[in-house]
Amino acid sequence: MPELPFPLPTVQQVIFSMIAVLTVFGALVVVLAPNLFHSALGLVAAFFGAASVYIIAEAEFIGVSQVLIYVGAISTLITFAIMLTRGMMFGATSPRNRQWGTAAIITGLTFLVLVAIVSSVPWPAVGEPISQGHEIIAGLGRAFVNEYVIPFLLLAMLLLVALAGAIVLARDYK
Amino acid sequence: MVPLTWYLILAAFVFSCGLFAALGRRNAIAVLMGIELMLNAANINLIAFWRYGAAPVQNLDGQIFALFVIAVAAAEVAVGLALIISVYRNRRTVNLDDLDLLKG
Repeated sequence: MPELPFPLPTVQQVIFSMIAVLTVFGALVVVLAPNLFHSALGLVAAFFGAASVYIIAEAEFIGVSQVLIYVGAISTLITFAIMLTRGMMFGATSPRNRQWGTAAIITGLTFLVLVAIVSSVPWPAVGEPISQGHEIIAGLGRAFVNEYVIPFLLLAMLLLVALAGAIVLARDYK
Repeated sequence: MVPLTWYLILAAFVFSCGLFAALGRRNAIAVLMGIELMLNAANINLIAFWRYGAAPVQNLDGQIFALFVIAVAAAEVAVGLALIISVYRNRRTVNLDDLDLLKG
């Protein structure tokens, strides 16, 4: 068998590439679709892609949380908001605002700078193997009731206050 | 294994898409979607750095921070959409070019 000039990609790398294509496609649909509802569907695709990336990185709990919270709750909320406010969004107006040219230049430069920084650092290609995967979720639970208990309670307060505030803001006083 | 660079470049692309949506879209809900994309990109970076850091099973700070980001994003999107619905009720538009009441 002749020697290949580059190493063959592993199965994990092939799956990661397919997930990355899905995520990139979803993100592009969010940005470029003229119809806002298509943007919401692209957002769901991007969220699913991100969840798959977490699972590829062996952070299964975060992946499941992502599907529950982002795909289940946030996408539904955004879809409801689109349907509640859709009145004047369609027609001859452009989906982009007046400064979109400047925004495109800034965004492109940001992406180029980020890629240049990322590729100039010799990052590790292989992480430590995880053999005791069940210990991760147990460790997360322990961390939330030990050293992270104050931030955890503050987060609970934040969610309560934010959701109560959202109800007050969205209420119809007439 | 997948090299760490791939995660970081994917996150950089998703972040740039979110930045363009936040800066260049006309609709307030599209701007909110861009912010969600940027938060997701940050989360991808957090998880990738957790995975490639030292002792990932014992050192769970990256995952914990990602969970905090997810929870704060949920609160943020609830308040943001409530604001948008409130603005729509008063002004009959969510077009950001028309919402220049504070411009003077």
